[in-house]
Amino acid sequence: MAVIVDLAVQGVQMLLVLLLAPLLTGLVRKVKARLLLRQGPSLIQPYRDLARLMRKEVVLAENASWLFRVIPYLIFAATWVAASLVPTVRTGLMFSWSADLIAIIALLGSARFFLALAGLDVGTSFGGIGSSREVMIASLAEPAMIMIVFTVALIAGSTQLSTMAAFLVSSEVGLRVSLGLALIALIMVAIAENARIPVDNPATHLELTMVHEAMVLEYSGRHLALIDLTASLKLLLYVSLIACIFTPWGLVPAGAGAGTLAVGLTAYVAKLAVGGVLLAVFETSIAKMRVFRVPEFLGAALMLGLLATLLLFVSRSF
Amino acid sequence: MRGLTFDVAHLLAGSLVLVSFLQLYQDRLYALLNMFALHAFVLALSVAWQAYVQNAPHLYVTALIALVFKAIVIPVVLHRIIVRLGIHREIEKVVGVGMAMLLGMGLVALSMVVMLRVTAGADPLAREDLAFALAVVLLGLLMMVTRRNAVSQVVGFMSLENGLVLAATGAKGMPLVVEISVAFSILIAFIVIGIFLFRIRERFDTVDLQALDRFRGERR
Repeated sequence: MAVIVDLAVQGVQMLLVLLLAPLLTGLVRKVKARLLLRQGPSLIQPYRDLARLMRKEVVLAENASWLFRVIPYLIFAATWVAASLVPTVRTGLMFSWSADLIAIIALLGSARFFLALAGLDVGTSFGGIGSSREVMIASLAEPAMIMIVFTVALIAGSTQLSTMAAFLVSSEVGLRVSLGLALIALIMVAIAENARIPVDNPATHLELTMVHEAMVLEYSGRHLALIDLTASLKLLLYVSLIACIFTPWGLVPAGAGAGTLAVGLTAYVAKLAVGGVLLAVFETSIAKMRVFRVPEFLGAALMLGLLATLLLFVSRSF
Repeated sequence: MRGLTFDVAHLLAGSLVLVSFLQLYQDRLYALLNMFALHAFVLALSVAWQAYVQNAPHLYVTALIALVFKAIVIPVVLHRIIVRLGIHREIEKVVGVGMAMLLGMGLVALSMVVMLRVTAGADPLAREDLAFALAVVLLGLLMMVTRRNAVSQVVGFMSLENGLVLAATGAKGMPLVVEISVAFSILIAFIVIGIFLFRIRERFDTVDLQALDRFRGERR
């Protein structure tokens, strides 16, 4: 019986992240538009876009290989699995015992690898620059991410997200400078990974600056719908990850009743809304940096992560 | 209470190392001076916390000296100097920010390895303070080595001295007399350096220290 409940919770969580992801994207767009004193599209516009794209015909380039057609499904699957591993409402998810934080990063990394391949596959020059820039960003963001994982894992004594959240919500944590550094570094990495403004502009098609958009320029129809959904899902994943590690309050422990689950759900939606609004405010208040400045930005994230890990070795637990 | 005391001291000393890195990252003089003021401010907080923890009132005086002289007077004066020298818009060509950062990380790791080995038996609070202090001193030295502009070398020197103060407060029992005399010698060094800045400027029309190397006939 317990197994069935766990499976049901896991299934609900997977559907929940999938359903909420476009809403979060819509919220960020809406807040950004309002901050620029524009009306902006409605909150559910991303759903409409997806539905419309699903109905559209797929136009394939003549020299596109089978890889080009398979990749949207591949990256969507990898990102969805990764998102289903992050505890959102309830800790101790069924799947989360089979994979930890490092597995989540590996899943996202392989998704990115395939997307870069897709950018190169058709052989257009835009796809090429998009892929090369994406790989440059990734090669700096991933070590920074790994350092952040080391820091949090050393503090919590586990790479398991449920265990981490349980530890960080307890009073044993105390006041730690390492956690603060890790939080800043994680936010910087999340901004770079999700192609948000100081690194990349998700709304531009200007050839000099686009990174993510350049890679997916050749996609259309349901393939494009899947890629857009994947991008939303990734944004949601990172917001949930930050919420799960650094603000674990309101996470419901395993085996709780329906009433507490409802409270947990409310807390999660509130965290997502706060995250989305903060992201929009941050994006409107900062200018996009040149592509050649990105290594410095991510180098700073790497430095913060490394410093956080180093500082741990003189803290009280060692 | 024991845990919280340690955590706050760790937080403040760790922030001091972080601000040292921020200094290393800046390549504009104004931003660098602001970072230096922040550095001194964090130092003052850290020293004040040590005074509270160790129950040593004379350390409050040290904190006050750090706050007044290093966080307010020296940055303001340096601001004026760089405005008068007309170099406040100058962007310094640092010898590779990334390289300096990597070197800095290496130095922090080194200072921790060294200090944790050497002070194995000491009080944990003093241990971590000494490790951070050595890191701040080494980062200040690194700053002086990697910069070419005389003003940023002065800032590097001052932040090095901040590291010394942190070490002195961590190791209990530095007398106030020593403290004050160090503070004043720094102030005098600062005045001398200020005068030198103007002299260098008069003679070479720049405060880029490469001009001095060229004058000596060295080739780079």
